[in-house]
Amino acid sequence: MENYDIVVIGGGPAGLAAAASAKENGCERILILERDNELGGILNQCIHNGFGLHTFKEELTGPEYADRFIKKVTELGIEYRLHTMVMDISEDKVVTAMNRERGLFTILAKAVILAMGCRERPRGALNIPGYRPAGIFSAGTAQRLINIEGYMPGKEVVILGSGDIGLIMARRMTLEGARVKVVAELLPFSGGLKRNIVQCLDDYNIPLKLRHTVVDIDGKERLKGVTLAQVGEDGKPIKETEEYIPCDTLLLSVGLIPENELSNACKIKMEPVTSGPLVNESLETSISGIFACGNVLHVHDLVDYVSEEAALAGKNAVKYISAMETDPSDTEKKQAEPIQLVATEGVRYTVPAVINLNKMEDSLIVRFRVGNVFQDSYISVYYDEERVMHRKKKIMAPGEMEEIKLQRDKLIQFKNLRTITVKIERE
Amino acid sequence: MYDVIIIGAGVTGCSIAREISKYKVSACVVEKEEDVCCGTSKANSAIMHAGFDAAEGSLMARLNVRGSEMIETLATNLEIPFIRNGSLVVCTNEEDLPKLQDLYQRGIANGVKDLVVLNREESVRLEPNLSDQVLGSLYAPTAGIICPFTMTFAFAENASQNGVEFKFNTIVENIHKRNGCYEVKTNHGILETKYVVNAAGVYADVVHNMVSRDKMKITARRGEYCLLDKSAGSHVSKTIFALPGKYGKGVLVAPTVHGNLIIGPTAADIEDKEGTNTTGAGLEELLQKAGNTVKNLPLRQTITSFAGLRAHEDHHEFIIKEAEDSSGFIDAAGMESPGLTSAPAVGEMVVDIIKNTFQMEKKTDYIAVRKGIIHADGLTVEERNELIKRKPEYGNIICRCEMISEGEILDAIHRPLGAKSLDGVKRRVRAGAGRCQAGFCTPKTMEILSRELHIPMEDIVKSGVEAKVVIGKNRAAK
Repeated sequence: MENYDIVVIGGGPAGLAAAASAKENGCERILILERDNELGGILNQCIHNGFGLHTFKEELTGPEYADRFIKKVTELGIEYRLHTMVMDISEDKVVTAMNRERGLFTILAKAVILAMGCRERPRGALNIPGYRPAGIFSAGTAQRLINIEGYMPGKEVVILGSGDIGLIMARRMTLEGARVKVVAELLPFSGGLKRNIVQCLDDYNIPLKLRHTVVDIDGKERLKGVTLAQVGEDGKPIKETEEYIPCDTLLLSVGLIPENELSNACKIKMEPVTSGPLVNESLETSISGIFACGNVLHVHDLVDYVSEEAALAGKNAVKYISAMETDPSDTEKKQAEPIQLVATEGVRYTVPAVINLNKMEDSLIVRFRVGNVFQDSYISVYYDEERVMHRKKKIMAPGEMEEIKLQRDKLIQFKNLRTITVKIERE
Repeated sequence: MYDVIIIGAGVTGCSIAREISKYKVSACVVEKEEDVCCGTSKANSAIMHAGFDAAEGSLMARLNVRGSEMIETLATNLEIPFIRNGSLVVCTNEEDLPKLQDLYQRGIANGVKDLVVLNREESVRLEPNLSDQVLGSLYAPTAGIICPFTMTFAFAENASQNGVEFKFNTIVENIHKRNGCYEVKTNHGILETKYVVNAAGVYADVVHNMVSRDKMKITARRGEYCLLDKSAGSHVSKTIFALPGKYGKGVLVAPTVHGNLIIGPTAADIEDKEGTNTTGAGLEELLQKAGNTVKNLPLRQTITSFAGLRAHEDHHEFIIKEAEDSSGFIDAAGMESPGLTSAPAVGEMVVDIIKNTFQMEKKTDYIAVRKGIIHADGLTVEERNELIKRKPEYGNIICRCEMISEGEILDAIHRPLGAKSLDGVKRRVRAGAGRCQAGFCTPKTMEILSRELHIPMEDIVKSGVEAKVVIGKNRAAK
């Protein structure tokens, strides 16, 4: 068995930033395990620009953004293994992985950082009736086929779901000469960023039909067409509104699911709303010394925030290791009752979900998503019963992640603070 | 001139092919699709019935029980994933309780072993997730679950090993009798043969009616299914049937040999013999009915839904006999449930019929075993590392959901009657059968198929010949 201080599972944006940060915070023996043939993760197929506005104050493409971090990791001399699939993580932090050269191998880590990213929800999960022909792709698969492999999935396109990858692909397929006939969204609002709706649909006159879904798929071998219908208030399709649209391609952008099979097998406690691990202020999961960041924790819209979050996870993993080395029982830092974060009234979840004041940095960013579109409403934060923050926002939507910043000294000043509640208020 | 032509490479046709390959005859299987196992055999409940369901004295009853007995040895010799998990027929309505006894009696008459009627407590003890309405059940320990794909491939590969020829993408257009032999006209020319075996599934009537004046009618009976993720696979451990009763026929809930949970089928007679589409109404009915027998089904874990067509004959009985007005033309028709379970026995029976009029000598060099695809997941660490040392491709995972390596995919492509399409790979090794439904592995599996079969990426199909995955290069690559 090999020994490393930190093993990072995944070499995408989260894994790269976490590893770099851990190294910069003084950790020597770090290993990144990546299943694909290169570092960078899904960024490599995101050839559009718009990455890095927060981090680098410039507009980079996905591969350019990834490259900045790959360079950093390389310059810092961090080890990584490609084509390497992690098969198992045990509670005592033994990582079992496999590749062509080494076969199955095990590593004992002092800390593990989960950065496996997410996957797309497939057609099957939606139970869309009809045939199962070729020509139905999740948007990310189509993106890979075009941008990495160099092939066109089709030329007459319908897109179901208005997640960001679907919107980006509407533009990408149009630029490649395909005709994108419509983007249909089941909900009354888009799940994507506003800027993507403007730049990817509006600019190319691609209609976005809200409250619409695909109710039938035609074509036994290759897709021939789909039937679109409006959905009523009850979420059920309205028969009279059915419309047949001939097409050879259906792209699905109907949600992303954090890839937590390894975490589940390791019995890490999960948050049902995010489908990611429950974490504390250090982004540490229910198993001490195992941290999570990026889309495996909760699905982000901006990679900049992934990098920021991952850097924190990397730093905390280093802190964990040095605390263990000086005080293996970790008694000093343990807090009898950590502060619970409560997401309610329009707020679906918060990351983190609990705060241990003894481990919290001077300030902490709490990220969350709202469950509906809110106009001219307030983000309110309560310390126990007392409202301490009330910030007006012109618009909030489920597709855009929100954040608040907590200050440690304020939390300490508040005697016996038990819960911090985050909610949306109309006034 | 062939001795025997078998029409249809489903589980029935392939079982017959395997039985006939034990003899010194020239045999050929013709199949309209690009691969083995493309029709009913690929979309069914994947279960081995115990045999209490079919009418006493029927051919269905006899072949079901015989097939269920045979499968154990076959599963070992041919490496077919098979588990005798047992089944429960549950009753949810007071008035219907006596029917459990009727079913028990019928099972005894059919020769089904170890049947027992259980009350509610005993049933729930066996299966804690039975619904609160369940009042009792019939427990059949001999019932099982199987991989229908591997079963069909195993029969076909074993037949092929023993010299049976397979012709794919070959559609039978007409059949004529001439000078005591048959001329089978196909889209690829005429094939001559002494015997024709009709194992054409939902098309068995079309094939039969080409030859016989005694017309047959096979109706495609569509059954819709939902498949749930492996995280839901242990929700029940046995196959749970609903007792047909006051509220009609229910649907079954069962684990699969791969650890998923299957729910289905519905039953709707349709005109279109290619109508394998699911419907909104069907899927809704399915989920509602499943809830009658099993509670707290984690339906959010659904990874796919699909439909299969049962070849329903009007009298609900297998038709396995020589056509009365056409000697040498043998039907294996009406192969609806329990067709999968009965398939091994159907093979024996058809060969016996041929033997009545045709002298066949047994081969001395018949190969009775078929090596399955190595599933690296089942190996010990040492075995796996030994394998990777010899063949590094086994260390390269392609399908992350099912943990299928490049080595397994190469085996699927290069073994006898190997995979030519994405679906062919999926049915042989499960790459793409998992929770992401081939989202991540599609491009990689396409590349492997393209490289190994020397066909351009643009010509890689999902299935068949028309179902191409991509339409050409993008602008930059042109």
